[in-house]
Amino acid sequence: MSATKNGISGATLDLAAIGHALTVHDVQAPPTSPEWARWLEEIGFIDGEYVMLMARGLPGGDPLVVRIGQSTFALRRAEAACVRVASVAQPNVEGCKA
Amino acid sequence: MNQAVIHLHPSGPLLALVGNPNCGKTALFNLLTGSRQKVANYAGVTVERKEGRLTTPGGKFLRVLDLPGAYSLYPRSPDERVTCDVLFGRASGEKRPDLIVCVVDATNLRRNLRLAMAVKRLGLPCIVALNMADLAERRGIKVVPEALAVELGMPVVSTVAIQSSGAEPLLALFDDPAIWCSMALTPPAQGMPTESDHLVVRRILQRLGLDDVIPHTPSDRIDGVVLHPVIGPIVLAVVLFLVFQAVFAWAEMPMTLIKTATASLSEVVGVVMPETWLRSLIVDGLIAGVGGVLVFLPQIVILYFFILFLEESGYLPRAAFLLDRLMGSVGLSGRSFIPLLSSFACAIPGIMAARSIANPRDRLVTIMIAPLMTCSARLPVYALLIGAFIPQRLVWGAFELQGLVLLVLYLAGVIGALAVAWLLKRFTAAGRQVRPLMMELPSYHLPTVRNIAIGIWQKVMIFMKRVGGIILILTILLWFLASFPAAPDGATGAAIEYSLAGMLGQALARVFEPIGFNWQISIALVPGMAAREVAVSALGTVYALSATGSDTAQALAPLIAQSWSLATALSLLVWYVFAPQCLSTLATVKRETGSWTMPLIMAGYLFALAYAASFITYRVALALGVG
Repeated sequence: MSATKNGISGATLDLAAIGHALTVHDVQAPPTSPEWARWLEEIGFIDGEYVMLMARGLPGGDPLVVRIGQSTFALRRAEAACVRVASVAQPNVEGCKA
Repeated sequence: MNQAVIHLHPSGPLLALVGNPNCGKTALFNLLTGSRQKVANYAGVTVERKEGRLTTPGGKFLRVLDLPGAYSLYPRSPDERVTCDVLFGRASGEKRPDLIVCVVDATNLRRNLRLAMAVKRLGLPCIVALNMADLAERRGIKVVPEALAVELGMPVVSTVAIQSSGAEPLLALFDDPAIWCSMALTPPAQGMPTESDHLVVRRILQRLGLDDVIPHTPSDRIDGVVLHPVIGPIVLAVVLFLVFQAVFAWAEMPMTLIKTATASLSEVVGVVMPETWLRSLIVDGLIAGVGGVLVFLPQIVILYFFILFLEESGYLPRAAFLLDRLMGSVGLSGRSFIPLLSSFACAIPGIMAARSIANPRDRLVTIMIAPLMTCSARLPVYALLIGAFIPQRLVWGAFELQGLVLLVLYLAGVIGALAVAWLLKRFTAAGRQVRPLMMELPSYHLPTVRNIAIGIWQKVMIFMKRVGGIILILTILLWFLASFPAAPDGATGAAIEYSLAGMLGQALARVFEPIGFNWQISIALVPGMAAREVAVSALGTVYALSATGSDTAQALAPLIAQSWSLATALSLLVWYVFAPQCLSTLATVKRETGSWTMPLIMAGYLFALAYAASFITYRVALALGVG
């Protein structure tokens, strides 16, 4: 997932810096639990939505506190790893859909 | 589950409240219906069904259904499935609603309006209730209901569920006959509805100038402390400690009052009635049974007060967040924490609280380990044994030995529960699967008195109705076992020795001999199956004591200190940590899981665990020379 696509870094949400404003690029569920993609979309992880990592739990940095749109959710690291993010500074994020 | 669906108000149009979790839907439901609510189960599933009724300003009677919160119409938990089934008219025994009120959180329109779009596509008459409108305005989100109504093509009204007049505009709308007419079906949008709904909602919000992301700083500031890696767990520990203190300290006086009242009632009946089996049934069966149910009420009320307060305020999901790693290491999630916490008062409300766990496997494991949390009914037994066998002295200069032993007994239960959960994780296929957390952390709110009061009232009624009856029947059944057949003329021992319970105890004594129990203990364990603390008074009966209530323990302590070995006492203490003794718990598990399979497995594994632990304790104690 380190490949760069359409000029957007393939960084995933679990690796993001705390307090850094990001947008959702896309959601890719692991093959073992494909239903996660829909569930994440339902709670707001949709292309272009604002997202920010708020805090990490202890020990081991798991689970994570994530601001998605106007809601706050607790996600495990594995769940956050499904969400690829882009920096907010990227213009016209919505037009970059794969 | 063959629980009948109760239709208390079968006539009148049916209104259903739908909304995202944490949108204030239940608060609005409480405001609309007040105390006129009926809590039951949906047919075939253990999902709570709340129905109420209301009268509109125009005098119209309406039935109101509070559907479980859902993020979308694609269900992922049993709760959400019920919401979908009712809305699509597929739920058995349920009428399809005549009108839907889609409750949206005005501070979070983006996510909430997506559900409103999906609900609109159902083609049923639908109103959008713009809830928490006051909070949104304070945050600088100014939503004009009329403008939103035009964009959505649905009527929109502002509501403030925490204000007593906050639902008036909505109530007035119910009198408008046009509201009740079906909307024209909009053709389903192409592609993934969630995604296209999202685009539509975003465009609407952009047009209304509501597309800015507004940070919720007050909540974030609290989270900075509450979810802090170091301070957070300390705050949680303090909160839990205070809840525990309150449950045991505050409940003591009302519990004593209830016990005293029961005892004096028994005395009065004992004086008034002639000494027959009927008097015994009323005093030892009926009054003792009702008293045994009522005595748990103070703890349950206090416990639920704190649980509801923490839930309403928004702290509970944070506690689950903090404990997720710990619970995850034994294959559970943070959501199992509340049911387990409740089980320290009594396993029965704990097992009922496990309904909030969406994953069926996690829910079952939580139910199975809940009885290992030391419930308050075990305290009288612990108090008797510790008082009789553990000397009162300080160890390591500062700790009371008796208190330390009590703490060890509590910890043994918790560690036992975690070990059982870990084994289930390690050795079952479902246990190794990673289940998602994806849990919302809602903004903090100050809880309202109305919502907490209604919540406590409903929990108490559920406890009294579903559990009270079971406890009462079991107490009477065990009274029968302990009273018949009566002792023969000229008998020397206590009457219970000659009864069915006595015979059972004599037979059990053979089973329990390897773990150091004598026949007196074995007999006392039989009535102790109604409620654990009954074992104390049963021991009193076996040792032919005439004292009742708290006097029994005082008279009993020196007696058993003389006649039992320390090894036997320790073995019995350990037995009480793990043993399946309370039939009411097993009956509750049967109700919650729908068959006798799980309660039988539970009883079997707890028996094996208790027997093994007691055996080891007894044998080690003997080897150490305290036999």
